[in-house]
Amino acid sequence: MSDAAACPACNTAPAALRVAEMAAPNMTLSVPDVHCAACIGTIERGLAQVAGIDAARVNLTQKRVALHTALGVDQIVDHLARLGYRAFPLDADVIASETDPEARDLALRLGVAGFAMMNVMLLSVAVWSGAADATRDLFHLISAAIAVPVVGFSGQPFFKSAWSALSVRRLNMDVPISLAILLATCMSVYESLNGGHHAYFDAGLSLTFFLLIGRFLDHRTRASARSAARELAALETRTAERLDGQGRAITVPITELGVGDVILVPTGARTPVDGVLRGTHALTDRSFLTGESRPVTTAQGDALSAGEINLGPPFHLRATSVGEDTTLRRMARLVEGAENARNRYTSLADRAAQVYAPAVHLLALLAFVAWVVISGDVRFALNVAIAVLIITCPCALGLAVPAVSTAAIGKLYELGFLVKSGTALERLAEVDGVIFDKTGTVTLPGVAEGVSALPERERGIALALTQSSTHPVSRAVQLALESALPRPVACVYEVTGEGVHGRFGGEDVFLGRGESGLVLRIGAETFPLLQDESLRPGAVEAVSELAGLGLSTTLLTGDTHERTAQVAAALGIEDVAAEISPDAKHYLVEARREAGHLSAMVGDGLNDTAALAAAHASIAPSSAMDASRNAADIVLLRDGLDSLPRLVRIARAATRLSQQNFAIATAYNAVAVPIALLGYATPLIAALAMSVSSITVLLNALRVRSTR
Amino acid sequence: MNVLAFLIPVSLILGGLGLAAFIWTIRSGQYGDPEGDAARILMDDTPPDARD
Repeated sequence: MSDAAACPACNTAPAALRVAEMAAPNMTLSVPDVHCAACIGTIERGLAQVAGIDAARVNLTQKRVALHTALGVDQIVDHLARLGYRAFPLDADVIASETDPEARDLALRLGVAGFAMMNVMLLSVAVWSGAADATRDLFHLISAAIAVPVVGFSGQPFFKSAWSALSVRRLNMDVPISLAILLATCMSVYESLNGGHHAYFDAGLSLTFFLLIGRFLDHRTRASARSAARELAALETRTAERLDGQGRAITVPITELGVGDVILVPTGARTPVDGVLRGTHALTDRSFLTGESRPVTTAQGDALSAGEINLGPPFHLRATSVGEDTTLRRMARLVEGAENARNRYTSLADRAAQVYAPAVHLLALLAFVAWVVISGDVRFALNVAIAVLIITCPCALGLAVPAVSTAAIGKLYELGFLVKSGTALERLAEVDGVIFDKTGTVTLPGVAEGVSALPERERGIALALTQSSTHPVSRAVQLALESALPRPVACVYEVTGEGVHGRFGGEDVFLGRGESGLVLRIGAETFPLLQDESLRPGAVEAVSELAGLGLSTTLLTGDTHERTAQVAAALGIEDVAAEISPDAKHYLVEARREAGHLSAMVGDGLNDTAALAAAHASIAPSSAMDASRNAADIVLLRDGLDSLPRLVRIARAATRLSQQNFAIATAYNAVAVPIALLGYATPLIAALAMSVSSITVLLNALRVRSTR
Repeated sequence: MNVLAFLIPVSLILGGLGLAAFIWTIRSGQYGDPEGDAARILMDDTPPDARD
């Protein structure tokens, strides 16, 4: 081992080869905490020592571990936990997206086009510098031999897209692109064979190359956003505890549950299916359905919906509807209708194409007709028309939007925003108001107020008790007690659904449910701990900054008027609507739209889903329900809301830069098109106009990253 | 001018080699984990399954 350690760099080549040698991984886990070389080493070495794991490889970029193993997922998660890493199994369809065949295909076409473009450019230099007669013809023919197969191979994405648009009698950006590439190539072949002066092989190829860059960037951004969104979905609970004939609980995937199955719902877990309660009573958090933050008590035989959180002791549930039939899924399907409406949004690039494509075709046609009339030389007229097509070809247009959105989405990912939809930023830039949901979005459940009123000794006891419990309430108390020092509490034990018991200084101590909610009891003394809502960090700043950006803010909630008014006052939001049903939220968004106001919706609950889908743009925190995250355009991966105004500013900057890029492209055309129309265009001018405008547009797009 | 008969094929072959190398890197999945590969080069330990 010493010889290998002598030169660390030497290890990388074998390491790269091992990727290919490693048997196809049969399990992939998400490991969000991996962040450096040491983590890779710890995990790979740690797992290599476990019997039953043949190979393990960490992907630092995607924060995943791929394994080939005979062990079960639970065992692997345990092993990783022992190494100090949280791990979450990923769905099979998420793994499938890892080797993205479409991205590889585009990269291959891009590589081939780049190779051919460079070679043909070099050959063209000879022609531009004055090669004549046989030499020029030779160079043209060699260029043709390279260009024709490459255009046929690399241009396919454009040809396919153009054809599918034409076959439904529509024009998209790919129609003038395909037309320019194909006409330039065909005409150049004809000219080369007949000893003509001008061949546009280099122009045709550099068009293909630059446009493929745009296409590749576009695809990569969308694919990574898509797979990350699916990864979030894969983190949701996918298993349930089903009771068999003897009353033993067996862990099964949710998909295997059937109607009539009896399911054990442990404390703190979500109900996996719709069902009726089989115990005497249950205490659940139904806030995702109703928006009501208080726990709901259910008696035997009452119906519970999938997705409720069990706050009390474990209970048994008899399934009445499973899988796609649950309330949760039915609501998710309702949302799809609203989403389809939004998918019909016409993006900036499409709107530009609708004007641009016919204009370009018309211009080229007019140039052709005019030159036939003036000179009577059809071949020359055709040359002019093709030069016009090449120069006006929306190279910069094809790059303008993808380059800006790639840069913006990359920057936003660093700031903790996952942008799921390609047009989300454009739509967000257009809104004039932001609608917030209250519970779970601007507020988080908290106990800070009650806890901070406790004396020093009691705070220490409470901290000692909660440290041994993983219940959400315990964790909230723990967070609120950050500054306290734990006291030595002995004999700590937790009674599920009741609280944590212990002994301190000869007295019984207890933290848990009392008659009036959460209490801390020391001996005979009782301290009530008020459960309240704390504002999400950064919420106040976000609201005031958004107002500074000229956006109106509204608070919508299913909660009571009284509690909403407090939160609204703390946030400084004046426009408040409380005790609103989920349907009404959706209609309020629609009503605003009809009044001419486009709104962005920020919400997390299932009751917000319809409103999220109906809004012009939507944002959901990562703590949101699966369905809400799916309905939202943008997922906020961090806890705080403080970067929300920056999101709006970046969205606006991205739209502004896209428009600037269009303007730059138009300016180049304004210079080059008259030259082409007058018949003075040479392949050199075409190549210059195209390369310079594309590079300017790319550089301009990068400016979005410096948006404050 | 006869030198062209050599130079043009030579330049095409050299460019073609670059293209072939690029295609190889795509095929062998070397763009799958750029951050991880950048970190791995700093690890002064043998890969786990190359030890013993």
